[in-house]
This record gives sequence, structure tokens and C-alpha cells, in this order.
Amino acid sequence: MSGTPEQRATAETAETPMLAVENLQTVFHTDKETVRAVEGISFDVGEGETVGIVGESGSGKSVTARSIMGLVDAPGQIAAGSSIEFRGRELTGMTEDEYREVRGSGIAMVFQDPLTSLNPVYTVGNQIKETLRVHQDLRGDEADEAAIELLESVSIPDARRRLDEYPHQFSGGMRQRAVIAMALACDPDLLICDEPTTALDVTIQAQILELLQELQEERDLSIVFITHDMGVIAEVSDRVNVMYAGEIVESGPVGDIFENPAHPYTDGLLESIPGRYPDETYLRTIEGEVPTPTSQPTSCRFAPRCPKKFDACDEIHPAPVAVESGAEDHRAACLLYPEDRGQEAAVDEHRRLRETEADDE
Amino acid sequence: MSNENATVEREQRSTTTDDVLVSVRDLKKHYGADSLLSDDPVKAVDGVSFDIHRGETLGLVGESGCGKTTLGRTLVRLETATSGDVQFEETDITTLSGSDLKQWRRNAQMVFQDPDSSLNERMTVGELIRDPLDVHDWKTKAERDERVRELLEKVGLSEKHYFRYPHQFSGGQRQRIGIARALALEPEFLVLDEPVSALDVSVQAKILNLLRDLQEDLGLTYLLIAHDLSVVRHLADRVAVMYLGHIMELGETERLFENPANPYTHSLLSAIPEPDPYAESDRITLRGAPPSPRNPPEGCPFSTRCPSKIRPEEYRSVDDDAWRAIQELREILRERVRTDRSIAVIARELLGLETRISDIDEITEEVFGDVELPPELATHVDRVVEDVSDGNPEAARQYLKGEVGGPCDRDAPDYYTVDDEGRTSYCHRHAPEHESPAATLDAE
Repeated sequence: MSGTPEQRATAETAETPMLAVENLQTVFHTDKETVRAVEGISFDVGEGETVGIVGESGSGKSVTARSIMGLVDAPGQIAAGSSIEFRGRELTGMTEDEYREVRGSGIAMVFQDPLTSLNPVYTVGNQIKETLRVHQDLRGDEADEAAIELLESVSIPDARRRLDEYPHQFSGGMRQRAVIAMALACDPDLLICDEPTTALDVTIQAQILELLQELQEERDLSIVFITHDMGVIAEVSDRVNVMYAGEIVESGPVGDIFENPAHPYTDGLLESIPGRYPDETYLRTIEGEVPTPTSQPTSCRFAPRCPKKFDACDEIHPAPVAVESGAEDHRAACLLYPEDRGQEAAVDEHRRLRETEADDE
Repeated sequence: MSNENATVEREQRSTTTDDVLVSVRDLKKHYGADSLLSDDPVKAVDGVSFDIHRGETLGLVGESGCGKTTLGRTLVRLETATSGDVQFEETDITTLSGSDLKQWRRNAQMVFQDPDSSLNERMTVGELIRDPLDVHDWKTKAERDERVRELLEKVGLSEKHYFRYPHQFSGGQRQRIGIARALALEPEFLVLDEPVSALDVSVQAKILNLLRDLQEDLGLTYLLIAHDLSVVRHLADRVAVMYLGHIMELGETERLFENPANPYTHSLLSAIPEPDPYAESDRITLRGAPPSPRNPPEGCPFSTRCPSKIRPEEYRSVDDDAWRAIQELREILRERVRTDRSIAVIARELLGLETRISDIDEITEEVFGDVELPPELATHVDRVVEDVSDGNPEAARQYLKGEVGGPCDRDAPDYYTVDDEGRTSYCHRHAPEHESPAATLDAE
């Protein structure tokens, strides 16, 4: 989360990743239809690394976070063939008790709206101490001291007094700090932040981003950072995954994604940010709307809105490939790539990849 | 806009400068001031003055709770001003009532933030847009229907949407319905309250383009309220920056963004994360949160968080860390005086039990841990500890303010003109005897 984009990208370790998500599919069955909210995504997170997931509403980024945390409720379901490995342990198919243990020690999550993560009728201190009691078996004065220490570690001034206050007596930024303190109570290795600053003002957002960065350095945390804000992603991530309609359409080091966006969707997303082209009167837009995917894809889901669409886009479901030979860490799921192969060869490559995949199943 | 175009536009604009559509003078809106039993009023808008020129877009930015929405609502008479004037053309609208008010409302309409909650789910889109026409008895029924179809077209929807319900539309389309509804009575002035903040960036771009087209076609005047500064920078001709009920800075958009004069504008702009991982960040991270508008600081509203607050002469040589710690102590005292003590705490006090409120020593330990205080400051801190231990944090706060407070804590600043296009900024540092805000911020 610090240093130049190049340093950040190469700092990634080659060992087994802390978190490895492989072909994750999360579907919601309703009477009317089946919504395929997450469609076969794969990514991993290394030690001390910040991986960003960016996308518009409905792209499946929050469902991805909840899937990792084991918080997908009926009618949602993680489909067979999905794999989420945390420190080599498979999380899919775990019982609720086993999952609770993982949440209590390994992975913690910070949600968008701090008010919904805090119970309004208990003091903040009570809630932090409850976490400490459940996960670390601390009680009484010991728990008090640990809670104060946690609040101080997230820079809440006058922490001892704050323990006795209720969530409504905290400002928005302070609440989010308290929620982060609760997440840290379990001493996690991996923190999943789902839009943690979206409900906050920019000056408070700046404080929270700074805090997360400090905590990451102190505790050597790995962070999955989910947001729709390209500015925030650019600031915090080492590597970025761009999601569209349940799929990761592009992934790569943060510098590559912003400097050389490969997928036409990433490109369109960046172009429509106000201020990108200050000399133009009108903002650039992406035609059409984000679809709600209800069936398995047989073609590119972005094709109907894509300015670079060609015939094959309607026939082949693109697989994530390196944008050019040798650039293994910058991948895009688009028939235009690998770019240096020529279009026909690229299309054949995608067809071949999808066919072998189908054979495997 | 290239530079050449910008100059041309600016010239055009300056020819219309005298054509003021809305003129606001010392406008205040306080809530809860009207009852005998009420506490201190919430000073949502606390004395603002500005003009909106015909055909321009004035951006209004600020953090939540700064009063920008209240100001917008007061300008279209959804709220009644506590004091001050709002002149709309020749009419003072703060005193309008009855049929005069209803008649005037045709001129000024509002587009709301959340298209989910601002449209009645039980009305069809056609009914929704026709509603204002019905209320105002606009022409004949046939003409109204015709007008609705025309409006649908204008905002990028189509006639076939007339009989559908709002839930059948996406967020962007709903916002188009909201805009059509606001335009129904051909107003001159629109207050756009966070029109795109609930929308995704690709949808947001389309709505902003639509708003620009409509302004050009219909000669509309906008007040654009937004917390997203890039949106305001794209659309607004001039920007007003609000903080705690006051306008801190107001001026031409590009100049204000390029070279902010007020320390608050400076901090606000520097807090925005840029969508560029290579961007060099010289961020000023503000401490704390804005104070409650029920209990705003005396003097400058930004004084509790200001990075370039003026130090009194005698403390100029004090080490920065020590000075920062003193400010932090003041903030903690402020916070303590403000928060209500819970019943449990009051009971403990009555019973003579130890309460957490009293352990000031721990606070000073936390704040001054590894900071060396010069002797004169150390005596002040001792006195504060004494007062708080005696259960009188308010006395401690006042004492500290008297001893180490500067002009920013005591006096409200004036508005200073800071560029040749009449940009104004509300800050003591523009006075000739002080160093300018920019100089102090760049030095850091």
C-alpha cells in the first residue's frame, strides 16, 4: 500500500498465497430466476499485500467478499467446483462452527456502513469486549484494557471514556474506526474491506485510508479492498481486479491497469470519470446498462456495450489471458488479447481455453 | 474546454455578470430555535451571502452536515429562513406565502439525490411528471399530456415509458424522471441536490451530460450541490465551499481548484484520491471531525481543525509537536464538555464512585506522552488537570482558550477578495499582518 506502483507490484511474494480463490461461483436461486452473481472468478492475495476489487453496483464485488467470509445466506449458494483456500485450508463446504473459528482468527471484515455493524443498544466498549470474550476468552479488567488498547490503535482519542459511549455518540469516522478495532480484536491476517469509506466524507476517508495503511504496516496485514471508487483503488492497491457482471474482466498491477487499461470496460470506466479530459465539454460514457446475469455465459457479457465488439464476441466466452506474451501478471478476459498474436490467433486461443475447460468438467 | 475557449466563455459570462437571478444576503437557517424548551439551536446555515447569475451553474460543495442541502432547500422555499433575504429577480421570497408562494414556485424547482425515495412508487411515470402540471392547473388536460410526452423525450426517455412504474427503471432512468418532473413547469432556476451521487460512474456521466444539454437548450440556472468535487469541477462555472454553515471560499471554478485560497478548500481538495496511482500526494490530513452545528466554535468555524491556524505571538517558537498536543488536548476538552453524560455516569458520580470522566491524568499521558513541554505551557496543562479533576472541564476549556487561543479562536474572520475575478475567502490569514494560508501550507 506504499511506495511507487512498481515497488508495490514486485513486492508480492512468490510463495503460496495467503488466500487463493479459484473458479468461485455464487448463485442465487429464486422462484423467478437464478441470478449468477459471481461467475467463475479466480484471484489470490499474498502476505502483506493489498488487492483491490473494483466495479459498479451489481458487478458482484460484495458477493465475492461475503462468499469468502462464508456469509452468503439462502437463497444464495456457492456452486460446486468453487474453491476458496485460506492458508492452504479449503473454506467452501466448512460447517458453521469451523467457519466461525476462521472468522475469529484468520479473516475479518469491515463493512460499508458502520451503523449496521454496530448494535445501537450496547456501548461500543461492550461490543468490542464481546468479540474479545468470544474469540480470545478475555474478561473483566483484562478485556477492558485490551479494548482500550484496540481503540487507541485505531487512533480514537480519549479511549477509556469512549468505551462507555453508544454508537450514536460517535461520528461517522469514529464509528468506522470502532468497527475496524472490532475486526482487529481477532488479530486477523487478512482484512476484507467492503467499501469501508464510501459512506464517509473525503476528509474522513483520507483519515481512514491512512489508518488502514498504518495498521497494515504494523501488523503485516493482507487486505482485500472493495470499492467502486477508482481514485481510492489507485491509492491503496498493489494489484487490481476489475469486475463486470460477476466476472473479473481484467487484473494486473495497479500501474498497468491505470496506465494501460486493456479491457474496453476498464477503459470506458476510467474515461467516464469527470476530470479525465478537462478540455472536453461532455463526459465520455459507456452505452447501455449493466446486465443482471441469469444464465451461464456463452459469449462476452460486455459485448452489447462494447465499442470494440466484433462478430466472434457473440460466440465465444472470453477466458482471462495475458494481454501480451510475457506479461503474465496483467490479464484480460477479452478476445482482443493476447494482443501480439493477431486477432484470429487470439480468438482461437480463447476458444481452445474454453473447450479444454468444458472437457475438464 | 481549451484555454482559448475558456477565455471566450469567461468573457461571455462577464457580460452577463450584472444579470443576477438569485441574490442571497446574510441568510440564516436555525433549527429548534422556536421553542422555549429547546436547547441551543442547530445552526445549519449561519449567515451566507452570494449571488447566482442568470444562466450560470453555481457549485456548492462541502462535507455532510455543512448545511449545503439546507441552503438549497431554503432557496426554493422548502424551508423557511430564520433571517436574511433571498431576492429572486424582484421578489423577496423569504416572506412569500399563500397563492403568491405557489405562483412563484413555478420558477424554482429541485432535483433530489435519491431517485428511489423521491418518486411515488404507486404513480406511473406519466402521472409523476404530470403531477406538478395538475397541481398548478397548467392549461388543458390534452396539453398537459402533450407536455409530458415532450418532457420524456427531452430527458432521453420515450413516450412508451408513460404508463410504466418507477420500479421498472434503473437508477439513471429514475433520475431522468426526477429531472423531467422538475422541468415540467418551465422553471428558470433548478437546485440540483446531489443529482448523481447515488449513481455509478458510467451512468453519472450520462446524467451530467443531459444536465448540460438542458441548461443550454432551456437557458436554465443551476445551483449544483455535491460532495463529489470532480462533478462540480466539470459542470460548475463558479464554486462555493461550505463548512459548518458558512461559505469559506467562493470563486471561479478552475481558479479555485488550481489555486485554493482558503485553508479548508486546500485541505478538502488534497483529500480527494486521484484515479492515478502515480499521482504525487501532498495530502493534508485533517484531524477529527467537523464540530456539531449545535455548538460551533467561536471565531472561525474551521479553527478546531485548521492546519494553518494562527498562533499567538508568544508561542511562535514552541515546537510543532508540543503545539499540536496542546491543540489535541483542547479538542478533547471540547468533546467532553459537549457530550452528554450517560445516566450511569451521573449515578456513579452521585454515589461518589470513580467515573472514567475524571481520569484526566491518563489523557495527558496519552496526549503528551513523549512530548517535551516548555515551562509556560506545562503550567497551563497543570491548571487544566486541576480543573478537570475538580469536575469542571468547561472552566479548563475556557482557561486554555484564554491562554493559548489566537485570533482564529476569538473573532469571526472577514471575507477577503483574493483574486482579480472577485473570489472571496473567509480566513484571518488574508489580512495583511499575517502570513497567507498558501505560504503556511506549502511550508509544511
